[in-house]
Amino acid sequence: MPAIRCTGLVKRYGDVVAVAGVDLTVELGECFGLLGPNGAGKTTTIEILEGLTPADAGDVEVLGMHWRGGAGGRALQERLGIQLQETQLADKLTVAETLRLFASLYRRSHSVDEVLALVELEEKRHAWVGKLSGGQKQRLSVGCALVSRPELLFLDEPTTGLDPQSRRQLWDVIARFRHGGGTVLLTTHYMEEAERLCDRVAILDHGRVIAFGSPQRLIASLGADHVVEFALADGATLSPEELAGLPGVRAVRATLERAALTVAEVHRTVPALLTLVERRGAALSLLTTHHATLEDVFVSLTGRQLRDA
Amino acid sequence: MRESALAQLTLARVREFYREPEALFWVFGFPIVLAFALGIAFRNRGPGELHVGVAEAPGDTSIRALLNGAPGLAARTLDSAEARAALRAGRIALLVVPGDPVVYRYDSTRTESELARLRVDQALQRARGRTDPARTRDEGMAEPGSRYIDFLIPGLLGMNLMGSGLWGVGFAVVQARSKKLLKRLTATPMRKRDYLFAFILSRLLFLMLEIGALVGFGWVMFRVGVRGSVGALVFITVCGALSFAGLGLLVASRARTVEGVSGLMNLVMVPMWILSGTFFSYARFPDALQPLVRALPLTALNDALRAVMIDGTALTALGRPLAVVAAWGVVSFGVALRIFRWH
Repeated sequence: MPAIRCTGLVKRYGDVVAVAGVDLTVELGECFGLLGPNGAGKTTTIEILEGLTPADAGDVEVLGMHWRGGAGGRALQERLGIQLQETQLADKLTVAETLRLFASLYRRSHSVDEVLALVELEEKRHAWVGKLSGGQKQRLSVGCALVSRPELLFLDEPTTGLDPQSRRQLWDVIARFRHGGGTVLLTTHYMEEAERLCDRVAILDHGRVIAFGSPQRLIASLGADHVVEFALADGATLSPEELAGLPGVRAVRATLERAALTVAEVHRTVPALLTLVERRGAALSLLTTHHATLEDVFVSLTGRQLRDA
Repeated sequence: MRESALAQLTLARVREFYREPEALFWVFGFPIVLAFALGIAFRNRGPGELHVGVAEAPGDTSIRALLNGAPGLAARTLDSAEARAALRAGRIALLVVPGDPVVYRYDSTRTESELARLRVDQALQRARGRTDPARTRDEGMAEPGSRYIDFLIPGLLGMNLMGSGLWGVGFAVVQARSKKLLKRLTATPMRKRDYLFAFILSRLLFLMLEIGALVGFGWVMFRVGVRGSVGALVFITVCGALSFAGLGLLVASRARTVEGVSGLMNLVMVPMWILSGTFFSYARFPDALQPLVRALPLTALNDALRAVMIDGTALTALGRPLAVVAAWGVVSFGVALRIFRWH
């Protein structure tokens, strides 16, 4: 039995189609990422899976059960841990009081101390929620999701807006949960986060899954694992055809300001590029190379950058 | 060991309330300040001495002396400009213009002026030889419960029950909704009725303190007592608190923002502050309005509170107002549950 199986999910809000036929399978014990730009349908999809939003069409099975009201729905909710994107917990309750409140809602819950240890907030036990930093609030929010000893943890943009250190602390929390055998479904628009945490990802755009698989496989599908980006001074340009002819280049993307080449062998492409630039009498204003990322996968599939998509 | 969800939800409500100093002031401080200010401003002292003017004219000195010797009058001589200004500003209730006939100049719609006219005329007529044919005798009395403050305290109690019920429930619900906390809670196996019931329970806890504070203040400061049974008073306030908690839930059942619900609250409360006889008797409104006014929950609650506190009426005689209060509570709670927006 997979942890989650959904087929043909559709959700419309008026004329806007938020989710346009999504099929997903999340296996037990894996960490699965839903990736995509803002407005791609990640949150709507995860909230349908969480039983918070009814789908207009499609079938959802979570831990072998279907969502329905009353006692059946509650029995399934007992087994889940859910963190929502925009929840603001009550400012004037302390951390421990908040966790105790959430614990009281479940039949089989962790103690407050156990959760405080899981999310490393022991020292903030008596602090008011309103006084916590962004990262601490987010860990508490995940703590409220972990309090139910969930088999399946849903995290919607858990690290959005956090500084790098807080983000790593949260990754540790997720890693500890997975170490105990838990399954995770998370959404993010940070590709680095997805590559680091997820066994498999689905990239969403305009409510559809446009790519699906392990991060490594998706990156490998680019046919080359490096990206060379450069820009020329004084608005000079090189034609895409010329660039495509350089040794080792698999794909070319050029905008007005800069060009990006997906290449198999950086050590052959870069010298050839430098020679070409010199021959044209132009000068480089920028030259970088990096390992291809999921970001590059998204760009090659949609022609848009994730951030400004 | 699983703790009771209802207890934890109620505790959260209580904590959030007492950790909000402003809420504490509006629930406990404000009604007491209001009772104090109004109790002082409208303390019963009777009409006392009435100021009248005598216009400068031949014979003004004798009339002034005559009026100053009469009970309840203080007279002074004024020239015509002063007299006009004093009349307009209400510094004198009436102006006497000596002559034949003697002219009384006053505004007959002012009770004070009408009274001054009677006193002045009686003093003048008697001084000029009128004799009264019937023998009369005055008998003073001071009925407890007949002062303005006796009327006011039960009204403030009712108003407070309405305010804290509507705000206490409505504001917290909408805040939780706008912060997506309601949505988060619906993602847990929490029973929705536990969540709503926690509001009612926390209201009942604070209710006891509210009544205690205001009734205690009324007694210590103004000797406003409770003539009927305290049990009846508690029963009525519990009914009132539950009813207004239901109304608060209804008002908050759909609103998405705190600003939105604030407007709705005022729409519900302000008419009742005016119509329901909190500060003055609703008998002053025209007869055509009376059925509407009496159907309001605060009117019924105020009537019941006054009946117990001032007249010492037994609960059994208060069936009608209590039925009105209960009906509002049951209907609004039922409708609220039906249309409540959790997301």
